[in-house]
Amino acid sequence: MNQFQYVRVTNPKAAIAAITKDNTTMFLAGGTNLIDLMKRGVTAPEKLVDITRIPLNTIEKTATGLRIGALAKNTAVAEHELVMKNFPLLSMALNAGASPQLRNMATVGGNMMQRTRCSYFYDTAMPCNKREPGTGCGAIGGYNRMHAILGASNKCIAVHPSDMCIALVALDATVNVAGPKGERSIPFGEFHRLPGDTPQKDNTLQPGELIMSVDLPMNGFAGNSHYLKVRDRASYAFALISVGAALKMSGNTIQDVRLAMGGVAHKPWRLTEAEKFLKGKPATEATFKQAAQIAMKSAKGYGENDFKLTMAPNSIVEALKTATKTA
Amino acid sequence: MTKDTKNPPIDRVDGRMKVTGGAKYFAEFEMPNTAYCVIVGSEIAKGTIASLDTKKAAGAPGVLGVFTHQNVPPIPGWDAPVQGNGNGPPPGPPSGGEKYRILHMNKILFYGQPIAMVVADTFERATYAASLVKATYNKQAHQTDLEKNLEKGVTPKGPRFADYSRGNADAYKSAPVTLEANYTIPIEVHHPMELHGVLAGWTGDDQVMVYAKTQGVKGTQKAVAEAFKIDQKNVHVHTEFMGGGFGMGLRTWPQEIAVVAIARKIGRPVKLMITRNQMFSLVGYRPKAVQTINMGADANGKLVGLSHDATAETATYEDFTEGTVSMTKFMYDCPNVSTKYKIVPLDRGVPIWMRGPGEATGAFALESAMDEMAHKLKLDPIEFRLRNYTETDPEHNRPYSDKNLKEAYQKGADAIGWKERKAEPGSNRDGDWLIGYGMSSGTFNASKGGAIARAVLNADGTLLLQCSVTDIGPGTGTAMTMIAHNVLGVPVEKIKVEYGDSALPNSPQQGGSTITSTVGSAIHQVCTSVKKALTDMATQAGTPLAGLKPGDLTVADGFVSVDADSSKKVAIGDLLKKANLTTLDKTEESKGSEKPDQQKYSMYSFSVHFVQVRVNPATGVVRVSKAVSVADSGRIISPKTAASQMIGGVAGGIGMALTEEAVIDHRFGRFVNNNLADYHVSVSADVPHTETIVIDKPDPYINPMGAKGMGEIALIGFAAAVANAVFNATGQRIRDLPITPDKLLRTA
Ligand SMILES: Cc1cc2nc3c(=O)[nH]c(=O)nc-3n(C[C@H](O)[C@H](O)[C@H](O)COP(=O)(O)OP(=O)(O)OC[C@H]3O[C@@H](n4cnc5c(N)ncnc54)[C@H](O)[C@@H]3O)c2cc1C
Ligand code: SF4
Repeated sequence: MNQFQYVRVTNPKAAIAAITKDNTTMFLAGGTNLIDLMKRGVTAPEKLVDITRIPLNTIEKTATGLRIGALAKNTAVAEHELVMKNFPLLSMALNAGASPQLRNMATVGGNMMQRTRCSYFYDTAMPCNKREPGTGCGAIGGYNRMHAILGASNKCIAVHPSDMCIALVALDATVNVAGPKGERSIPFGEFHRLPGDTPQKDNTLQPGELIMSVDLPMNGFAGNSHYLKVRDRASYAFALISVGAALKMSGNTIQDVRLAMGGVAHKPWRLTEAEKFLKGKPATEATFKQAAQIAMKSAKGYGENDFKLTMAPNSIVEALKTATKTA
Repeated sequence: MTKDTKNPPIDRVDGRMKVTGGAKYFAEFEMPNTAYCVIVGSEIAKGTIASLDTKKAAGAPGVLGVFTHQNVPPIPGWDAPVQGNGNGPPPGPPSGGEKYRILHMNKILFYGQPIAMVVADTFERATYAASLVKATYNKQAHQTDLEKNLEKGVTPKGPRFADYSRGNADAYKSAPVTLEANYTIPIEVHHPMELHGVLAGWTGDDQVMVYAKTQGVKGTQKAVAEAFKIDQKNVHVHTEFMGGGFGMGLRTWPQEIAVVAIARKIGRPVKLMITRNQMFSLVGYRPKAVQTINMGADANGKLVGLSHDATAETATYEDFTEGTVSMTKFMYDCPNVSTKYKIVPLDRGVPIWMRGPGEATGAFALESAMDEMAHKLKLDPIEFRLRNYTETDPEHNRPYSDKNLKEAYQKGADAIGWKERKAEPGSNRDGDWLIGYGMSSGTFNASKGGAIARAVLNADGTLLLQCSVTDIGPGTGTAMTMIAHNVLGVPVEKIKVEYGDSALPNSPQQGGSTITSTVGSAIHQVCTSVKKALTDMATQAGTPLAGLKPGDLTVADGFVSVDADSSKKVAIGDLLKKANLTTLDKTEESKGSEKPDQQKYSMYSFSVHFVQVRVNPATGVVRVSKAVSVADSGRIISPKTAASQMIGGVAGGIGMALTEEAVIDHRFGRFVNNNLADYHVSVSADVPHTETIVIDKPDPYINPMGAKGMGEIALIGFAAAVANAVFNATGQRIRDLPITPDKLLRTA
């Protein structure tokens, strides 16, 4: 680990001002990802700006829904009464992630910004286009069991590892950020990006921008939500595949539905086509299967992760079955 | 006495210390002026170091030395010939080739091989300086993939590893029902919570203090003494507690000896604690193994022939061997049996025994195959085993000293609810989940080695026990206490045990499930000797028991009394006073295997594992929903710590069966999941409520307590029970551990 400077700020303005244009200065939130990356030599910031003292950890009702501060801890969000009542999918997704200790430290902003868990990305002796553009992708032709089957490029097949983000993208969240050029809002689905030719960029946040909060619009999905996480052990493992499903039912008919998948792409993957298909259909295994097929249309395996081509559609069906039962 | 009665469940004697921080582990010790060492590992698997730039590191703040193959301080004893026991100089390759010491040449023999050891005044500074060491390499093509190098397998030297056969080795081929199946297990890494390392400081020219992470302080003492050609007396090794060993601490690793050399060179104590990442490459692992079982049976379910071939990996620079095919030779009544065991030298660090060692590897194959054959024969897997049950050891043609496996099958079957098992795979459903039941057996050699113990009985009735054995966690201190209590009747809370220090009487290292038998025998013997001294004293003139026969007397609760009439007694304190003694202080050496009985009988511990699994056929997820382990390992000395051992075996067994695999990217010869987020040991959520059952009948021959080891059998066979249950649930037979969801979806 390099020698680095550490500064604390107490308001967003100071945080943004402290960030220089290059990437030698970084925000430090819970530190559960950033410090690991520093220890492994993947990132070597010269300055850390500790933002945890900025009062951005509130969870409040707004005119249209809920606003969650970027520094709210994962545990606090998962256990918040308004979240559990109105957005159980978010609670479930958060609780499926990491371990209690990590969730107690991890923040909403940090969770969105966490880097991929691709082993090659973490090992500085290995090739990785995301860590060092131009060195090649170690995972293609290598150990890619955990990797993407949708939206990948020949430069990078990494997945975004967050569980929380699957719920947020499904629930039509908006990200509010502030930066040197002022404030702006980004629809959650546009926050993360696909790797294309520039896999070093995980998202569309601009240099110096600070995530302030996430907005969730009220919806009628609370009664029929399920987050299914398929993983290698019962707890404390990243998803092989995860599915967030939230529905509004009218009898056995699907009035409205939100579906998103984790463990499949460089970004939290919203299944818009499948949603369209499901709307107005009866909640039967047959329709779920058709929806799953639609969702998998452009999926492609890379060898070790070929099993995801089966696991992903199966998991969509499982999640929908459970979600439509929970009413 | 101990043999004839069951022991009460007493609490772990060091439990309080462990949960309150009172138990000190090697890295928690401090020596004045300690410096810290951090290892830089090779980034290639094979080749030579072309250049090594240590200038920046050497100039970094706080750095006291950067040691490489160009300036490593001498380890004089390693020029001596090899002794082959892992404690002298590291044994060389059996057939030519390059030997591995440490920092002794520019050749790279495995990924992670230390190329520099950086020493600084703080751990953080050493870590930073280590990151500044830059190497370039001349790479050579490496071989790290066992499966691509199977043809290079060689049969290791020694009778234990020679090809074995009895009867007609080919008999299985012509049997009415045959089975041929290949089984593989991946590389597994022990991963005890405590990281490996050493703290060493020279306290004189030829005198060194070593706080180690070792399963045997005496072994480490010898290793250090030999490495530096100094008297063993001058090497003081301390390892009272160990945060788990599982086999990794069964040798003194080269980097630990190098630390002792560096400490001498820089004239300061040096502490090394390797990183979790380095735990994958510097301190051994369970080798990957590929096995083939051929089995033939007749229509009545009687085994006709059995053959078991195993090939496992080792390093190019050293042979590592274990008893992978042992169990097949004696477990079942089968006239025609053959086994072959081979090892393949790869460009990898050397393996080391991991809990259950080779037997756990072998049992996965044998006990999976037994299940497969039972299915072919349409027999219940227990019934199939009973039809091939043997009361005599068919390998050595002699009876078992003690075997209650039938009872164990029955008790385990009752506890798991075996009658709920449906013979037809895939036919037991609970909603979206398939339910399956599986079982398997395990066995491990039981033995008794030599050890010395000291007992000091004080006038106030307290007792001190001493032996150098390290308690790596199984509860050795608790077992020592129980045995002494049984002989001398001293209340448990008045017994103090001291262990884990080379200044204490000799004990072998903690491993191979032998310590309760070995050290326990020494404790039993020394306490018996104390008892004899007491009863002798009590029957002398001038005491209330004068003239009675010593053999008619009992010792308990601070008194010597008459067996038949406990009101006739004399206080131990009075006896000592009368003899002008403040203490009774005895040291006794118990010899290993001295009794002819031990040649007349085959001595093994046995276990049976039962599991219920739930499998989601859509996602491939397997959950062990119930586990029952039964141990048939003689008299149980300490029921609580024995149960803990068994639960630990289940947790480790679930890891082996479902989650653990160290993955190498063979293009680079490097591990890709070299951290605990990606290498999955089982977590609490993976381990269901586990019922532990002990047969608890004394082995009449092995030792005075009738106790046999149970550390290994708690794991051996467990993975097969899970695989068998998965088959029962789904009809899918996974022969390639771990059984991860992708494998079930692939074969679906
Ligand atoms: C062993 C392990 C297992 C895990 N398992 C899971 C899992 O199963 N599922 C899962 O979803 N996650 C998992 N995680 C990841 C965990 O969720 C993230 O590490 C955590 O959410 C990061 O949050 P943080 O506040 O600690 O971020 P930090 O580590 O402090 O920061 C991460 C990044 O975000 C940036 N950042 C932080 N806050 C802001 C902000 N407000 N604006 C702009 N940038 C910001 C930082 O500069 C940094 O680049 C696991 C982590 C570990 C270590
Ligand atoms: S998948 Fe992406 S992160 Fe992983 S090695 Fe390839 S480029 Fe790097």
